[in-house]
Amino acid sequence: MLESYLGAGIMMLMAIGIAGGMVVMTSMLGPKREFADKMEPFECGESPIVSPHQRFSVKFYLVAVLFVLFDIEAVFFFPWAILFKQLGMFGFIEMLLFILILGVGLLYVWKRGGLDWE
Amino acid sequence: MELLIFYPLAGLCVAFALGVVINNSPVGSAMSLIAMMLGLAGIFVLQQAHFIAVLQIIIYAGAIMVLFMFVIMLLNLKGSGEDASWRSRDKNLLMTVLSGFLVAGLLYKILCVLNSGEFDSPASLPENFGTAREVGTILFTEFVLPFEVASILLLVAMIGAVVLAKNKVD
Repeated sequence: MLESYLGAGIMMLMAIGIAGGMVVMTSMLGPKREFADKMEPFECGESPIVSPHQRFSVKFYLVAVLFVLFDIEAVFFFPWAILFKQLGMFGFIEMLLFILILGVGLLYVWKRGGLDWE
Repeated sequence: MELLIFYPLAGLCVAFALGVVINNSPVGSAMSLIAMMLGLAGIFVLQQAHFIAVLQIIIYAGAIMVLFMFVIMLLNLKGSGEDASWRSRDKNLLMTVLSGFLVAGLLYKILCVLNSGEFDSPASLPENFGTAREVGTILFTEFVLPFEVASILLLVAMIGAVVLAKNKVD
């Protein structure tokens, strides 16, 4: 059973190696000249030191919730797409119903302005 | 060989789960939770539940943790203050008792499984167990109704989110 993961494991190691190697190599080999003024955080016209704990607008929350919901919806499509031919008309109508119900939701969100930023 | 993979994964999970509890900043806790879920996905793969493992990463480590992060940002929790340390947090008696019961129940269940001897002779899995094809076959034939009901659940959640976040009546 584990042998079948050999390829995936090698690919993961290579991906980690390449990504990590790039970071390590550039930080080691790249030219650097550090002095106090250069290392200071700079932001035009703003005080560079503020608390990182700032309240976010609730608009972000709505986007996040909708993302989670449609993400879950999309997950159901993966097994359905694999089984599409096997399930035939039954599976097609089944999924159509599923999409229809969620389409109503999308329409509601759209009409209520849930997709507008303002 | 499987044990060689299982123990580091399980250890990682436990370590990061502890990190969730002990971490002083809520964002740090959330990040530990993501790492814990990735470890859990690895354990699912060891259990031959490939589809669930992928879902664990897509849904939990991806989508749900994004939501957690936004909730943390929205609530504007005070982090890394002296009184935010996990030792001095409010100790709610009811919560303590409830979680105590939970732990006791879990331990009892674990002991039951250990004593039943199911570990000595693990049931052999059917072919293709845990693949997306197998999960789909069961989902779209045997569990059609729960599948359709899930769409209604998602619809309700969508409407609820809009009603809560878009707080203006037109």
